[in-house]
Amino acid sequence: MKVQVVVGLEIHVQLSTQTKLFCGCPVRFAAPPNSLVCPVCLGLPGALPVLNKKAVDYAILAAMALNCQIASFTKWDRKGYYYPDLPKNYQISQYDLPLGKAGFIEVQGDDGGIKQVRIRRVHLEEDAGKNLHAGGAYSCVDLNRAGTPLLEIVTEPDITSAAQARALAVELQRIVRYLGVSEADMQKGHMRFEPNVNLRIETDGQAFRTPIVEIKNLNSFRALEASIRYEADRQVQEFLESGQVMTSGNKTTRGWDDVRQVTVLQRQKEEAEDYRYFPDPDLVPVVINTSWLDQIKALLPELPLRRQIRFVQQYGLSEYDAGVLTSDRSCADLFDKAVEAGGRPKRVCNLLTQVGLRVANERGCSVGDLGLSPVNLATLASMIEEGKVNATSGVRILEQMIATGQDPMTLARSMDLLQIADSSRLESIIDQVLSMQQKAVQEACSEGKKAQKAFNFLVGQVMQATKGQANPTVIAEMIRKRLGGA
Amino acid sequence: MLDAILQMDCLALAEAIRTRQVSSLEATSACLEAIDKYNQKIGAFLTVFQQQALDQARDVDRRIQAGDKVGPLAGVPIAVKDNICTTFGPTTCGSKILANFRSPCNATVVERLMRADAIIIGKTNMDEFAMGSTTENSAFGPTHNPWDLGRVAGGSSGGSAAAVAARMCFGALGSDTGGSIRQPAAFCGVVGLKPTYGRVSRFGLVAYGSSLDQIGPLARSVRDCALLLNVIGGHDPKDSTSVPPEIVPDEDLLARLDQPIDGLRIGLVKGATEGADLPIRQAIGRAVDTYRAMGAEVVELEIPALDYSVATYYIIATAEASSNLARYDGVHYGYRSPAARDCMEVYTRSRAEGLGKEVKRRIMLGTYALSSGYYDAYYLKALKVRNLIRQQIFAALGQCDSILMPVAPTTAFSLGQMAADPLKMYLADVYTIPANLAGIPAISIPVGLDGAGLPVGVQLLGPAFSEGRLLRIARILEKGAHWTCQVPAGLTV
Repeated sequence: MKVQVVVGLEIHVQLSTQTKLFCGCPVRFAAPPNSLVCPVCLGLPGALPVLNKKAVDYAILAAMALNCQIASFTKWDRKGYYYPDLPKNYQISQYDLPLGKAGFIEVQGDDGGIKQVRIRRVHLEEDAGKNLHAGGAYSCVDLNRAGTPLLEIVTEPDITSAAQARALAVELQRIVRYLGVSEADMQKGHMRFEPNVNLRIETDGQAFRTPIVEIKNLNSFRALEASIRYEADRQVQEFLESGQVMTSGNKTTRGWDDVRQVTVLQRQKEEAEDYRYFPDPDLVPVVINTSWLDQIKALLPELPLRRQIRFVQQYGLSEYDAGVLTSDRSCADLFDKAVEAGGRPKRVCNLLTQVGLRVANERGCSVGDLGLSPVNLATLASMIEEGKVNATSGVRILEQMIATGQDPMTLARSMDLLQIADSSRLESIIDQVLSMQQKAVQEACSEGKKAQKAFNFLVGQVMQATKGQANPTVIAEMIRKRLGGA
Repeated sequence: MLDAILQMDCLALAEAIRTRQVSSLEATSACLEAIDKYNQKIGAFLTVFQQQALDQARDVDRRIQAGDKVGPLAGVPIAVKDNICTTFGPTTCGSKILANFRSPCNATVVERLMRADAIIIGKTNMDEFAMGSTTENSAFGPTHNPWDLGRVAGGSSGGSAAAVAARMCFGALGSDTGGSIRQPAAFCGVVGLKPTYGRVSRFGLVAYGSSLDQIGPLARSVRDCALLLNVIGGHDPKDSTSVPPEIVPDEDLLARLDQPIDGLRIGLVKGATEGADLPIRQAIGRAVDTYRAMGAEVVELEIPALDYSVATYYIIATAEASSNLARYDGVHYGYRSPAARDCMEVYTRSRAEGLGKEVKRRIMLGTYALSSGYYDAYYLKALKVRNLIRQQIFAALGQCDSILMPVAPTTAFSLGQMAADPLKMYLADVYTIPANLAGIPAISIPVGLDGAGLPVGVQLLGPAFSEGRLLRIARILEKGAHWTCQVPAGLTV
């Protein structure tokens, strides 16, 4: 029996606009309940929605990054269902004319190559509030989140493993962060997943498809992967026991129990709701003309995965380094510009990964917020490369560059970290050391076992005398010449 | 003196107040007296802002005395239909489910009335959520026609029409989804204007059929409608369907109101008056004579798609209503059934107990029309027919300046007469619905009384955003009819 899991993902991404999709209320996490609301997002009688154009800008940018066809004409539809966290009892969404369709996302495949997963549609909609069940005879509703812009992304069922589903989700997170359209903070529920899972089973020369299961509302990469893995196993068992195969009416909905690590049946298809979609008469259609598209297209950056691959191919960076650099767009941007300004890629990469990302992490900001200029970074890389400062000093200088904003040469001077490049000054220091360390000189010149140790000792003494401001390789070479000539 | 004041229209009163011949306090007191005297019997007002109105009137008088610049409606008592949100007093929509609802914001039209220094004297009765043509569907009792208390005032803006007719205010705002301004205006003998869709902001108007709803004035003269539309009209960024300033001409509708129109062509729809009662047909005939007498050409038009207006309207309006009214669920605000034991019962019982019969009927009709499997056959088809009706009306308006039609097939009928036959009631909207479906302006003008002493109105329709011209055409008829909104017989003011 051959079993292949088939997964399509429905992903909700919260956009990082300042205000909500159809009113001016701020979008903020963890504010006191019902403090970020107005008549519009409360759905009060007489209130009317007004579109936040920024959300459409963000959505177009994301849909472009997902290689979608962008609708030139789109509209808003009402999706009707009753739920206490949905104040109007309909959600403003997009039904038959989504903002984007027929795209694809590139993900690193299990074999390291690029795999394309097709995107069926991308649309904008408003989020609901939150029901809070504190126990007792009543529940509370917090509508701060109601009206927050959500991007819904639906993939085709092209995903063939739980790990791949996770990789896609992680890649999507990297993309939307790259585009600056979402913080994609999992802790704040900025990304939520609903995988549709079934199996293709081949046995005795026959192929079967198991009934599709939709797993609702997963909000971590771990739960996404674990739930698909569990569901695949469960469906194998179910198939072996019942032989049930997919029909048009037997899709079911299951929830994920994170404690027991199992999926739990929620709803059969027959109970499926009729959302009674129809065009929202309170809003006008959105016409996206070419000048609007061009404006957004100009903002579309090289996507992280493509950039990661380029860093490996073009600069010979390791997969790992390229991955780390491209995790933060501003870091990758700085890297690109510093290399362009003449910094050697590997050296710039080390400075950014060892110092830049660490400091940014400590400060809770991105590398771009550190105020580093690409030229200064390139200069520092070259100074290390040319032996003007050693690598250890380079780290200290970069830290000071971030702290003070000064250029690396000025800092190297004021911190007294410049290596002694003047050979006559070095000669005299070597002379001094050799004359004071006669015993070591003799041992170094001998053929005995101690020769190398004595030689290293002499190099160390010279280094000490220069307070570390000389290049040890150069010193060793000079000493070797002197001893050879003695 | 009081009698003389109450004979004035808004424009005359505003002028008299500005020139200090009459004080706003006198005018406001006169209205409050009329309300005191008749509201019990007529049921026009649900809320009266007695103290607030008097305070505002005194304030306007003081400012005029001080020589301050005041707005065009300074000191004029105006009533507002109770589906238009005010931060003061409840906004009930004539429904038990919103009986205690207070809005945290004013409708844009209310803001504009206040900016024009109008005195908002009270909130008027209406069919629940504007669903009805009699104002009998109000949870707070019907409005009676001031001309005959045994008859309906029309609806759904029956309270506003009756209040204007009975001199309880000088003008009023109503809302018109399928005739709810024009039909009660005709029944009560006042002028009612439904503006072009998008001309007046809907922000703060509690939605019934959002693609059809429009706020407009009811008043005692055509020029008052112009004045009131001057004040309430214009772009509002809070309403996405409000038309931007580059499309709506920023015009003073009063400026050229009395200018004659050369080469005027009045359109009559072939066969359109066949279903109307004799007094209505006669009134149309007299209106035609008036226009002919001043040299207008009368053009006969064919608009075959009008036959489908009522069916189209009752699918679109109820579909939108079923969604618009979903929010009244007892969870967040409004009536919640005390008997509800869980979330589902909060929904079912609150709605069952809080909403009236006609509202439930329309919610069910609309829900059905939008349901999966029926959408294409009902809602989608209705949208297509609406488009066809719109195109045919636009084409007809290409052949004339204005279409002349009845407002309703009858004059005001007896209370309770239609209650048992909702379909017949729906069919009576046949003349008013087309303007809503096409989004064009239409005005109802009283032209006299029928044999039973009840007001008769006729309707004029014009192209989108042609209110300036439409009002001028209406003004010609108003002058020719020699019938300027009289005080209903039997009422003494």
